Amino acid sequence: MDIFNAIIQVLDSTIRLSVPLLLACLAGLYSERAGIFDIGLEGKMLVGAFAGAAAASVFHSALIGLGMAVLISVAFALVHGFASITHRGNQIVSGVAINFVAAGSTIILGQAWFQQGGRTPALQPGERFEAIIWPGADAARDVPIIGPIYAELISGHSILVYFAFAMVPFTWWVLFRTRFGLRLRAVGENPAAVDTAGISVAWLRYRALICTGILTGFAGAYLSMVQNGGFVKDMTAGKGYIALAALIFAKWKPVNAMFACLLFGFLDAASIRLQGTPLPIVGKVSVQFMQALPYVLTVILLAGFIGKAIPPRAGGVPYVKER
Amino acid sequence: MAQAAIELTGINKSFGAVRANRDINLEIARGTIHGIVGENGAGKSTLMSILYGFYQADSGEIRVGGKPASIKTPNDAIALGIGMVHQHFMLVDNFSVLENIILGAETDALLKSSIAKARSELDRLEREYGLEVDPDAIIEELPVGLQQRVEILKALYRGAEILILDEPTGVLTPAEADHLFRILRQLKEQGKTVVLITHKLREIMAITDTVSVMRQGTMVATRETRKTTVEELAELMVGRRVLLRVEKGDAEAGAVKLAVKNLTVRDSRGVTMVDDVSFDLRAGEIVGIAGVAGNGQSELLEAISGIRHAVSGSVMLEGKPIDLTGKADPGELRDRGLAHVPEDRHHVGLVLAFEENENSILGYHDDPRYLRGPFLNIDAIMADAKDKIEKYDIRPGNPRLKTANFSGGNQQKIVLAREIEQDPGVLIVGQPTRGVDVGAIEFIHKRLIAMRDQGKAVLVVSVELDEIRSLSDRILVMFAGRIVGERGPEATEGELGLLMAGVEHQEAAQ
Repeated sequence: MDIFNAIIQVLDSTIRLSVPLLLACLAGLYSERAGIFDIGLEGKMLVGAFAGAAAASVFHSALIGLGMAVLISVAFALVHGFASITHRGNQIVSGVAINFVAAGSTIILGQAWFQQGGRTPALQPGERFEAIIWPGADAARDVPIIGPIYAELISGHSILVYFAFAMVPFTWWVLFRTRFGLRLRAVGENPAAVDTAGISVAWLRYRALICTGILTGFAGAYLSMVQNGGFVKDMTAGKGYIALAALIFAKWKPVNAMFACLLFGFLDAASIRLQGTPLPIVGKVSVQFMQALPYVLTVILLAGFIGKAIPPRAGGVPYVKER
Repeated sequence: MAQAAIELTGINKSFGAVRANRDINLEIARGTIHGIVGENGAGKSTLMSILYGFYQADSGEIRVGGKPASIKTPNDAIALGIGMVHQHFMLVDNFSVLENIILGAETDALLKSSIAKARSELDRLEREYGLEVDPDAIIEELPVGLQQRVEILKALYRGAEILILDEPTGVLTPAEADHLFRILRQLKEQGKTVVLITHKLREIMAITDTVSVMRQGTMVATRETRKTTVEELAELMVGRRVLLRVEKGDAEAGAVKLAVKNLTVRDSRGVTMVDDVSFDLRAGEIVGIAGVAGNGQSELLEAISGIRHAVSGSVMLEGKPIDLTGKADPGELRDRGLAHVPEDRHHVGLVLAFEENENSILGYHDDPRYLRGPFLNIDAIMADAKDKIEKYDIRPGNPRLKTANFSGGNQQKIVLAREIEQDPGVLIVGQPTRGVDVGAIEFIHKRLIAMRDQGKAVLVVSVELDEIRSLSDRILVMFAGRIVGERGPEATEGELGLLMAGVEHQEAAQ
């Protein structure tokens, strides 16, 4: 039973840890499917996390915090759009710039506003998103096997967790069942086809980036308002990059993205769980090794096991009407 | 004359300093097939892009169906019943046919009803025009001819009454082109207006009712097709008399320069593309290899020029064998006097992002003539490039210009100048004039014949039968990887056509 409980706990933290990855990964999916590479997921999550925690703390409302996170994150996404769509700048450079601006500005503003070394004040109840306990969760806890699964894995998460997982089928539906999704996928493959069909390439790509901004805003809010009780500097800690790795790993497909993020979340959860615990055969494994695993795994799996990951064909290339 | 479907008056369009269209007037009658010919860069595509709303004219008036029209975006053009099939297809390769058809013409925010509607519409169009295509096929899995059909269906689905086709046959095999022409005739019978942009005069003669000629951005003439000739059109296009068939004397074939024996080549999928091919190429002759595209000519060229491995057989260059297992690289063959003008100049022959002078020495860049110690000798390279520009009349004559900014014909001249000026003993040329203007074709043909007259051995592979017949001293016909016949230059088109179609050699001889 101990082992069972340990597994449940690891899976539970897998879910918690994979949520920011999943939101960021889906965010990247909208933008990259539209042909805009977005290495700035990290930065947008970070500003989202900061804006969310700061606003929640000042206005004493989790919802206002979330709204602010989304708003600021979308604003950053639009800056990326302005540079790379309107002015046809290099998308990687623009994304990197956003990451730098985000890392610097959150610390400076945090220090200027709250004088806590770049942190935001610890969030009070009501300023954070609380866990939602599903009906009967406590009663079911003692039922063997199913009980803990229901009580720990399914029940007891914040609304943002359910939102993140609901976004998976929703994103699939948007991409493959709606006009917007058809056009979005088309503009990432062949923008000239979209242009000659009489649809504005720029407006379509801006809308994709707005979707990206909304989702990175949610991802940031989750970090500072659910996982943590406030903003800490550089709290995204590379999650935006892991989300990009997951996106490649998932071949730009929503359901795959969910599994990829769960896998990376699981590795993260396992590495925390296994810290200092000697494993059979290999003995103690260093934390750094476990932390590097998602990246190593991506490289190995991409190199041989999941076949070629073909990115959207027009990805990274600004659209210019050819003469 | 029937009512005009389109009237263009005083259209002007400039790109920076380049005046792509000047004072164009054009009237196209409803229910006709109207051809627009001109050399590359004459402004044909620009004019049609203005009509389709892809660009906007700087000045001028467009009337569609007698009413003044303001066409600012492709949407406006589509609403006026104008459809366009672009030279490079505007399709999303990994979408299905249906998804491509509805893109931009969806009925509402969800796809379900759009797809259902498109499916039944496609069914109707298929019955009406014989435009069959599997609606669920993925574009990239379809042959080019069918992809083009999807483009036509896209336009018809949007209710096009006027269909513009930009260089539609450039990518098609002759059989596919014939099929396209049948479709266009059928569209005409149904009352649609077809505008055909091309630089292939034979197509104009074969299918159009009227033809307009453009030269350097101006509209120089409009003729009824049956009252004009290929010669007249060529002269109008180029602005001077053009020899469509270059005069040449008899060949004086000398020693064998290149001997190919029992050569067998497989492609990357393991399919045998060249099957036991043997022939000799002698000094002072041009041997032409005719065949429908995809019958192994490309692989044969690649094997001889050291780009592709051969499975078996031998190739002797000036009496010495070429290593066919992949150890011979193109550079070594170049040193041994074999020059190669590849079929695909954009991907193999040139680096389009390079300046003209860089491309004009590409592959010969480690020749001491172009070096000063370990560095490139820029002065020598520039002088060399200018020399070639003058000799080959490459326009514009600026060696610093990016190669992508040259027209197809001039790009081809850059490659030819580079290879011919090395004075090779053997010259192998793939598709010497693909995408090249009439005027430049004449020039290139003259050059190749001059090579021959200097006692060089020249091997030409071309899908253009006219070209093969006018250049070659001997014609080899390839079909399904084999050489199915050899003919002299006097062979008729019909005779060669039968061989190319794989009809047995004995039957064809009768």
